[in-house]
Amino acid sequence: MKIDREALYKVAHLARLDIRPEEEDAILKSMDSVLNWMDQLNEIDTEGVEPLTHISDEVNSWRSDNASNTLSRTEALANAPLKNERYIMVPKVIE
Amino acid sequence: MALIIYLQPHKYFTLKEYLTLAEIQEDLREDGLTCVKLVEHYLQKIESSSHLNAFVEVYADEARSTAAVVDAKLVNGTAGRLAGMVIGIKDVLSHKGHGLQAASQILDSYQAPFTATAVQRLIDEDAIIIGRQNCDEFAMGSSNENSSFGPALNAADNSKVPGGSSGGSAVAVQAGLCHASLGSDTGGSVRQPAAFCGVVGVKPSYGRISRYGLIAYASSFDCIGPITKSVSDAALLLEIMSGDDDYDSTVSTKEVPAYSASLNWEGKARIGYIQDTLENEAISVDIRQRTKAVLDRLRAEGHEVVPVEIPLLDSLLPTYYILTTAEASSNLSRFDGVRYGHRSAESTDLESMYKKTRTEAFGPEVRRRILLGTFVLSANYYDAYYTKAQRVRRLVREETNRFFEQFDFFISPVTPTTAFTIGEKTEDPLQMYLADVFTVQANVVGNPAIAVPNGFDQQGMPIGIQIMAPYFGEEKMLAFADYLTRLNQKVAKKYSENQEV
Repeated sequence: MKIDREALYKVAHLARLDIRPEEEDAILKSMDSVLNWMDQLNEIDTEGVEPLTHISDEVNSWRSDNASNTLSRTEALANAPLKNERYIMVPKVIE
Repeated sequence: MALIIYLQPHKYFTLKEYLTLAEIQEDLREDGLTCVKLVEHYLQKIESSSHLNAFVEVYADEARSTAAVVDAKLVNGTAGRLAGMVIGIKDVLSHKGHGLQAASQILDSYQAPFTATAVQRLIDEDAIIIGRQNCDEFAMGSSNENSSFGPALNAADNSKVPGGSSGGSAVAVQAGLCHASLGSDTGGSVRQPAAFCGVVGVKPSYGRISRYGLIAYASSFDCIGPITKSVSDAALLLEIMSGDDDYDSTVSTKEVPAYSASLNWEGKARIGYIQDTLENEAISVDIRQRTKAVLDRLRAEGHEVVPVEIPLLDSLLPTYYILTTAEASSNLSRFDGVRYGHRSAESTDLESMYKKTRTEAFGPEVRRRILLGTFVLSANYYDAYYTKAQRVRRLVREETNRFFEQFDFFISPVTPTTAFTIGEKTEDPLQMYLADVFTVQANVVGNPAIAVPNGFDQQGMPIGIQIMAPYFGEEKMLAFADYLTRLNQKVAKKYSENQEV
């Protein structure tokens, strides 16, 4: 097994997801089969090959640094599930 | 047996089937056609084809009023280049003041606060946006079955999938519910549904079109692309959407050629293909035969058509899924119930709010990919999976570049089978992932590729053929695709004439 129950719950916490008990077995099984399948890359010799991190061959292009209000507060707050006039609200963080 | 006669209410009318915008614009000028009539026609088609589940929202009133505005512009000669183009957009593209959900419940009731650059450029040329279209949740899927709005259906056979993830966008063009669609292609999500639905789909070079306003799945793979009935419309849309943009630092500053004006292919091409795609029994026999027929036809026309070996192709899919799940796990962290969309009513504190919100509102495939991506990025496995895949990605790109030093185009099927039955592959994610075997290469290396129709299988389901070109080789690719389409049509015409005799 590439991934066991303990590792699954650790990953789920990192991803801020819960694992529904009734789905646990199916998730483990499908992740394990996908990870095993991914392992075939180990057969390829990548000694001395630099990881490819950017697809574009162009260097950074910058736009001019002009201040502008691209999103008003009203617009930014419009989609928030819970808010007051000025802020998005979330459950209390510090007791 | 009952004979059913449909009486057409007089307020409805049927338009002829337009393959190109040029035909529409000709009739707008000379035949009494108006944009208002066009929009009414498509709205009627959308309504009578609602079982296809192609659209998740239709902007009927807005499309009507925009049409009237464009008609007025046509009269006074100020209309843009896309006047008469009625277009649908995949539910991953921002359109200010309109709903946007990536077919997910986690973005329930979200309204886009800005417009994607690609969409804005179409609007600026007077395209009429008729609605947003069904797709796999967060563009993750190859069948449109991972949609919280339910699957879209293939118009050629309603028991079959339209492909994915841009399934609704492809079937909308196939069934004539709009003239063209805008999709997104991370591993084949424009080309594969285009092939399943018998229409044209283009994945441009990475960075050709700004991704600003596209909901990100895997940022180093994602491309916006058109789905159309003709190569010429795809070329025009591409030309209008492409180019530098202040809001995407990865978009290319390269000049945009006039793709639509350079569709006259001349000369002989050097074409490579893989012999195995004509022989492998995992590929449907009709697709193999149709692919071979195209290669034979091109050879007969004097093009150089050569079998090649590209050994690393076997590693494409695992490379693709390691990197895209990793990027997705990062990109989708923003959907946490804080700023927009769904927020769980069950939460007691901030952490449980994140977890419950995401678990309740993401579908199973999205959760699986986030978990896989988080796993391959976790400290113990980062080098073994993520960095390894990035190294293989470089090798694949080098191998692909070497191929294009010798050849102009790489030709392959788009898909190993025609559209499969709904429910056939939902149990096993690996089976679904294998549906992308021919399309992912272009995304792994960043090159452009186009899917064009290549006839039908014995059950009448559409088949596509794919042409991949060098990085930023869209101009020649589109010209050659247009040429190939004409060549196919010429043969089909000759064949049907012989049948009649």
